[in-house]
Amino acid sequence: MSSSETHGVEILGAADVSRAMTRIAHEIAERNPDLSQLVVVGMQTGGTWIAAELVDSLCRIVPEVSVPLGAIDISMYRDDFSLRPIVLSAPTDIPFDLTNRTVVLVDDVLFTGRTVRAALEALNDHGRPRAVQLAVMVDRGHRELPIRPDYVGKNIPTRFSDEVSVGPGGVRVTALEENRA
Amino acid sequence: MKHLLSTKDLTTDDVVALLHTADHMSEISNRPQPKVPALRGHTVASVFFEDSTRTRLSFETAAKRLSADTMTFSASSSSVNKGESLRDTIETLTAMGVGTFVVRHKSSGVPQQITQWTSASVINAGDGWHQHPTQALLDAYTITREFNSPESLEGRTIAIVGDIKHSRVARSNIDVFTKLGANVILVAPDTLLPNDISTWPVGTSAGIDEVLEDVDVLYMLRMQRERMDTALIPGLGEYVSRFSLTEKRAERLAPHALVMHPGPINRGVEITVDPSDLPGSRILQQVTNGVAVRMAVLFTILGGEATATLSQGVEA
Repeated sequence: MSSSETHGVEILGAADVSRAMTRIAHEIAERNPDLSQLVVVGMQTGGTWIAAELVDSLCRIVPEVSVPLGAIDISMYRDDFSLRPIVLSAPTDIPFDLTNRTVVLVDDVLFTGRTVRAALEALNDHGRPRAVQLAVMVDRGHRELPIRPDYVGKNIPTRFSDEVSVGPGGVRVTALEENRA
Repeated sequence: MKHLLSTKDLTTDDVVALLHTADHMSEISNRPQPKVPALRGHTVASVFFEDSTRTRLSFETAAKRLSADTMTFSASSSSVNKGESLRDTIETLTAMGVGTFVVRHKSSGVPQQITQWTSASVINAGDGWHQHPTQALLDAYTITREFNSPESLEGRTIAIVGDIKHSRVARSNIDVFTKLGANVILVAPDTLLPNDISTWPVGTSAGIDEVLEDVDVLYMLRMQRERMDTALIPGLGEYVSRFSLTEKRAERLAPHALVMHPGPINRGVEITVDPSDLPGSRILQQVTNGVAVRMAVLFTILGGEATATLSQGVEA
């Protein structure tokens, strides 16, 4: 049988995403009393817009501090290099040393955890952070590594084959056929 | 992409994709610790039957920045002196687990021939008068990034000056520059132009003075005295008077014009002014970019199809 996509289900709407983002920003401010040592780094490319929004929210919550924003590309750190084609998105942009900073690493979806593992290795090439915290809009389960998020927009139980898409307009889960080729 | 033998095998999209990948590599090269683990476990062997400083070291640096292991084979200190054939050399290195050969040879077509003897990937690092694809890519990278137009050289005029006939750099560069839409002018005495030039997508000019004001890039080639067996020019003095970049000529270049050279420079021949005195000189930038572009080539070849259309399924 050929694979056909069924219609995706909207789990969160635009307002839910925006509210979750504001809540995460407050949680970050709460857990990190000294925001002057904080940096926010989005993972290319799904995490970068969320990281930018979080920095905006943090600016509103604590206007006296400006939190630096970076972006990290993990293509060169993947553990499945040469097992599958690598699609390069946009380059890393971290124009500051991470040594002794607290890094909030941001991605849209937390799934197997392998991308986060790669990102942790990539971050270390930009200095030795004092701590790394992980913020994701969606935790969909199916971890293959001992990695957990510190801030979650929404926990969504999924099947392994489902596709989860996250954008400013909302979160959708699309079920693909179980037995696709 | 399994091999990189000639720029003719690349589409314009391939060129643009490789240059885009090189942006990632430049970012890595600019870090305090310029190394990523992407090619761990891969072995890259440089097999050079002709002298080279920058190309060989540039490839080795590129491989190391991607965490590949490197080996160097140089004909002068090997069993070639005991009569070992090229094929035996390649088969021996393949048996040691070499996954990529970076090959330079004085005869055209040797890299192509090597692909028949090994399952490894082969990258042409210069073969005879034929091709030097990574040089063309690094030059295109340098120019497109300098002019801030990453996908095209449309509307740009590039003069390539000097010994076109013996130059693999010219052949590769003409191909890549014109693929990106540049207008290419060859500036050389008739004796240093190839015979079949009429079919090439280029213009010609018999002297450097005719083009100076009009070029966006002045690309000076090296006089390849080691490849000239007869007197193709009346004398170096005559050549210098018509084709050399002198201080006076440099003053006539447009303010934005770039001066480039693949190196090594014959000082006093192609360029009689100190390149470091030329504000438009990008000769050292070419060397820096060479590492990033060669990283991009290695990454693309060893990483499978970096340009493949698999945009989904990359685990988030």
